[in-house]
Amino acid sequence: MPESEPRFAEYAAPERLVSTEWVAAHLDDPDVVIVESDEDVLLYEVGHIPGAVKIDWHTELNDPVLRDYVSPEEFARLLGSKGIGRDTTVVFYGDKANWWATYALWVFALYGHDDARIMDGGRDKWIAEGRELTRERPTRPAVDYPVTPRDDATLRAFRDDVLQHLGKPLVDVRSPEEYSGERTTAPAYPEEGALRAGHIPTAASVPWGKAVNEDGTFRSREELESIYLDGAGLRGADDVIAYCRIGERSSHTWFVLQHLLGLPRVRNYDGSWTEWGSLVGVPIAIGAEPGEVPSR
Amino acid sequence: MSLTPALQDAVDAFQSMAEQDRLQLLLEYADDLPPLPERYADHPDLGERVAECQSPVFLFVEVDEAVHVHATAPEEAPTTRGFASILVQGLEGASVDEVLAVPADMPRLLGLDRAVSPLRLRGMAGMLGRIQRQVREQSAG
Repeated sequence: MPESEPRFAEYAAPERLVSTEWVAAHLDDPDVVIVESDEDVLLYEVGHIPGAVKIDWHTELNDPVLRDYVSPEEFARLLGSKGIGRDTTVVFYGDKANWWATYALWVFALYGHDDARIMDGGRDKWIAEGRELTRERPTRPAVDYPVTPRDDATLRAFRDDVLQHLGKPLVDVRSPEEYSGERTTAPAYPEEGALRAGHIPTAASVPWGKAVNEDGTFRSREELESIYLDGAGLRGADDVIAYCRIGERSSHTWFVLQHLLGLPRVRNYDGSWTEWGSLVGVPIAIGAEPGEVPSR
Repeated sequence: MSLTPALQDAVDAFQSMAEQDRLQLLLEYADDLPPLPERYADHPDLGERVAECQSPVFLFVEVDEAVHVHATAPEEAPTTRGFASILVQGLEGASVDEVLAVPADMPRLLGLDRAVSPLRLRGMAGMLGRIQRQVREQSAG
């Protein structure tokens, strides 16, 4: 078990979070690689934490032709080229309160990379604290990363899993407008990718951003329990699936439920609304209420 | 359909580079987005919001003897800033006909599909479409 900072002791897996101070103290640690993952593909180039490497969710973690994550061989090649070994401590951080950082961490988790953490507060907190940024690309020697299979069963849900799951807890982490069916994409985002608007029947609506404070750090355990266990009715839940539009915002909620609250089984449905909202023959609920499990 | 000379220069510059170096050039454009003229600087909300972009981008289009385009985009959205900068610099001083002759799929000509992804290029197409619509409206009648 890796060491953890006392400030995170209240969470179920405190070793999954590090502070900006911790990162600043480990910039030269050969066993640690800091990884920036952002929504904007160019943000890393504008300035990043000294020594940090970049992993782009779209161009590096997604397969270019198959709607899936990169193959085991490609994943191993990618990590090796970034200087990340199987035992390396990887610390992710990024823009938008670590939205994309948690997505990258979740993909690493599918490949069983054990020691992966999030820098609490992300890129914005690092900058707000006046810490150093550089445009200099690190020269980190490539290493061998073993080709390991991806586990698509434990942390990931596919559409058929979701159909089977109807009646058990589902969390829709999109905006209220997307949930009710007014829109298919987040407010201020382009409309794209789904033929129907609404949500998966019975899903509780908890927009992902509720999990973070204004400075981008995660809310306290007590607040998170109030939001998810009481508000969304997940107390005692032993099998939860979270989804959003393509699985990125729900990775953030997955991280909260899995590592900060320690729920026993949490899966992310990365097909999410861009798949479900276009899938032939699956039930959809419209409006602000969760709706019922359809009788079959 | 044709490009303005300045847009053609931008396309040529991107195409002459290896794919991984094109991001660096886009960053240079982002750094070089001209500041808003003073008359707009205090009122960015007077511009047209580009709904196709994921970050708040505002466009200001003026038509006199020529077309003038100004834009503002946040520092934390450098890809969007870069696209805005290419259009602002590439359309500045062009004639109405020249601006309207720019093909709608012009962003694809930059060769950024793999480095940036087609999804992210949509915002730039949205900016171009809005500029052309405003030019058409302002030059009508």
